[in-house]
Amino acid sequence: MIVAEAKPISEILTMVKGLKKVLVLGCKGCVTVCNVGGAKEAGILASSIRIAGRKEGIMVDVGEHTLERQCDPEYIEEVKDIVPSYDAVVSIACGVGPQFLSERYPGAKVFPGVNTKFMGGAVAHGIWSERCAGCGTCVIHYFGGMCPIARCSKSLMNGPCGGSSHGKCEISKDVDCIWDMIVRKAMDQGRLNDLLEFRPPKSWTTARDGGPRRMIREELVK
Amino acid sequence: MSEFVPKIMAFYCSNCATSAAKVSHGMSKTMPSNVHMIHVPCTGRIETLHLLKPFEEGADGVYVAGCQHDSCQYIGGIAKAEKRVLQVKKILEQLGIDPGRIEVFSLSAALGYRFVDIAWEMTEKIRRMGPASMSVNP
Repeated sequence: MIVAEAKPISEILTMVKGLKKVLVLGCKGCVTVCNVGGAKEAGILASSIRIAGRKEGIMVDVGEHTLERQCDPEYIEEVKDIVPSYDAVVSIACGVGPQFLSERYPGAKVFPGVNTKFMGGAVAHGIWSERCAGCGTCVIHYFGGMCPIARCSKSLMNGPCGGSSHGKCEISKDVDCIWDMIVRKAMDQGRLNDLLEFRPPKSWTTARDGGPRRMIREELVK
Repeated sequence: MSEFVPKIMAFYCSNCATSAAKVSHGMSKTMPSNVHMIHVPCTGRIETLHLLKPFEEGADGVYVAGCQHDSCQYIGGIAKAEKRVLQVKKILEQLGIDPGRIEVFSLSAALGYRFVDIAWEMTEKIRRMGPASMSVNP
């Protein structure tokens, strides 16, 4: 999933300062799963904005709505009748949501309510960890199913650096050295020689280095 | 000018805190009339939004009274409530509102006097802080 974290409320209050009608728009996709942008969180943010208004003696009309997803135009369309009646929309979807909203409703003020962090998963309740860098050409099968691009601090493709110590990365004791894990798994499986196999340098043209990406599947295009 | 009487919302669980309330009733201790009580099966069910809503509706303070950590019959109810109260404290702080306006307390069934004392202590603490919000102009 795409993992995000809530922006500081003070930052959001600065965005909506002076506005009388604000719509908080949640998303039932990834941000609901990582407990930052679903219906529950839309309620908390809306309530916080109302409390902030009340503190200053101002009645702010804060609406709440949660879309199935904010990364598909058909769901963005669902709010076509309500967006124009608000002074601004705070989208608590990942960075895709506020951009789709801005594109569909060019007259609306759209603000991001979360900081989008990474593609990853929940390793424990309330703890998320990065797993994918979206490089566009997956090579994790060379590395025991683990991605050194996303999970090595230096994105090294050819083994651990000198900063690997007792299975941990030099940047933090909380960060596993993925190369330590890759090598140990290869040893456990008796496949250490696989890591010695020569492979040409990875092409980064499919990653962000190739510019903004676009994907077309002709069989799905109407 | 009349003295400020804070509006306080108290959530209390149906186990230890309720038993404490019954004991306090037997001791003829009187609750302050400004504390509005909401009875919940377990404080672990109280969501962050439940704790924010009273402030949105004009409450000056909120508190949760639940079991002690080793006596919650749902195992971790009070621990969950503590985490949510902490989250609301952080939200209030960001809104420029004193986080001391929300608290959480653990009670055992025997602490009848404490159940009432907490209500008076919260009332006095929040009375000193003053109102949480200005009167709202639509």
